[in-house]
Amino acid sequence: MAILSIQNLCVSFQENMAVKNVSMDITEKKVTAIMGPSGCGKTTVLRSINRLHELSAHARVAGRVILRGEDLYALDAMLVRRRIGMVFQRPNPFPTMSIYDNVAAGYLLNGLRLDRRELDALVESSLRAAALWDEVKDSLRKRGTFLSGGQQQRLCIARALALRPEIMLLDEPTSALDPKAAASIEELIVRLKDSVTILLVTHNIAQASRVSDFTAFMYLGELVEFGLSAKMFTAPGDKRTEEYLTGKFG
Amino acid sequence: MRGAVYSRQIMDKIFFSLVCFFSCLSVLPLILILGYLLVKGLSALNWRFFVRLPQPLGEAGGGIANALGGSLLLLGTAFALAVPLGLLVGIYLSENRKSRLAGYARLSVEILQGIPSIVIGMVIYSWLVLPLKSFSALAGGAALGLMMLPVIVRAAEETLKLIPSALKEASLALGVPYYRTILRVITPAGLSGIVTGILLALARVAGETAPLLFTAFGNPFWSFHLGRPVESLPHLIFYYATSPYEEWHRLAWGASFVLVAGVLFLNVSAKLLTRRWRVQF
Ligand SMILES: Nc1ncnc2c1ncn2[C@@H]1O[C@H](COP(=O)(O)OP(=O)(O)OP(=O)(O)O)[C@@H](O)[C@H]1O
Ligand SMILES: [Mg+2]
Repeated sequence: MAILSIQNLCVSFQENMAVKNVSMDITEKKVTAIMGPSGCGKTTVLRSINRLHELSAHARVAGRVILRGEDLYALDAMLVRRRIGMVFQRPNPFPTMSIYDNVAAGYLLNGLRLDRRELDALVESSLRAAALWDEVKDSLRKRGTFLSGGQQQRLCIARALALRPEIMLLDEPTSALDPKAAASIEELIVRLKDSVTILLVTHNIAQASRVSDFTAFMYLGELVEFGLSAKMFTAPGDKRTEEYLTGKFG
Repeated sequence: MRGAVYSRQIMDKIFFSLVCFFSCLSVLPLILILGYLLVKGLSALNWRFFVRLPQPLGEAGGGIANALGGSLLLLGTAFALAVPLGLLVGIYLSENRKSRLAGYARLSVEILQGIPSIVIGMVIYSWLVLPLKSFSALAGGAALGLMMLPVIVRAAEETLKLIPSALKEASLALGVPYYRTILRVITPAGLSGIVTGILLALARVAGETAPLLFTAFGNPFWSFHLGRPVESLPHLIFYYATSPYEEWHRLAWGASFVLVAGVLFLNVSAKLLTRRWRVQF
């Protein structure tokens, strides 16, 4: 059964219909990539899954998102966001916090009490899961903003993982990084799918084909095609997908 | 041709010298004031000056302890009243930039900043002194606090506005409630600017005399009671400097020196703090 089921999702900003009637089922512990040209509504779909769209005063959402059988919009937004982690396009560690506190931020900021040993273990395991532990284990007290861009992005992944989310939303996590840092994040994504469901927005077709099990192709707010990546990249069903994959637009 | 280049270089030199000269000139008043205060005030400064109360006329060795304590009490009260309120308004303005209420609030803060301090004193006099039937430290603190408010609001708004929204989203995406995000992520990120604004606001009101004349009034004795009149450095200076006694003039100079040193300290701390605590995003 799908862990997350998006049903007839429509999102509009005033007159502008950014997402039009999108439905898809996200399979647990797989990587699902969302591709499409700029402005087609990928970020908007992600943000309506962890309900960050509620920050924009004009955003209107119709349709349903079902998380493990429960209507996500009927749940408490704070609890939904603790179950669904998000990593943004630009690394955004908390600038006033140490590396340690950044990873523990989900607990510290929410006032969730853990004893020291539990927290230490959690920080270590999250940093290990984000493949950052070896690089920062001697400087956990340093500010997170001293790290390189790629390290900062992995720190943000560790921060999201620390809350042990069921789903991770990654919004073009490598687009602000150099190729080497991007490759390390890609490896990480492949490794993480054993434990968490990943929804990855990317502009990079090669990246989507390397890491994803399923791929969705969006165009002008519509979901054009959705299915197994293996099939989509070899034999796309829709002409627009094919044109996008062969670089005709986007 | 060479002559033209040469004369241009001369013009450059002259221009540069003029700029230097006038820059130095602009520092001159401050140096003169500080030097004069030092010369006049230093002779009054000794241990007793800081810890003793004013002595009766004719007796030497009086101090300004009551005014020092009173000024600290007044500034503390102003701080306690203005900082929480100013911060909240600043947060509101930076979070709701375009709302109609924000427009009105911003406008009224600007106007408040322009209201003469003597008028603020008079208003507080009729709001607090008359109903409570006594001059008081509370009234003085409220008058100073009202003058600090606009500075703090602007500092908080301007600082918080510059904090990238990505930071707020990062926190909200972890399921952190909005109020905790504001208090524990956004405000700390802007702390240096906010604290700088608070220090500058304190420096600005520390020397205010007019609003204290009919609020805190003055008091020749020790007092840390919020409901009673207190002495303050500017009021003591005003009172002593306009008296006919040589000894009191000396005390007034000493007190002026202390006051200016305090204000200078606040200003320099504010400068250093902005540099040291700058948060990188
Ligand atoms: N907060 C907002 N207010 C108004 N319009 C918005 C907002 N966010 C997105 N939009 C609009 O919604 C549409 C889809 O934007 P979205 O950011 O989802 O695109 P995207 O596919 O993520 O693009 P990109 O690849 O460039 O990130 C765009 O037309 C955009 O202008
Ligand atoms: Mg996007």
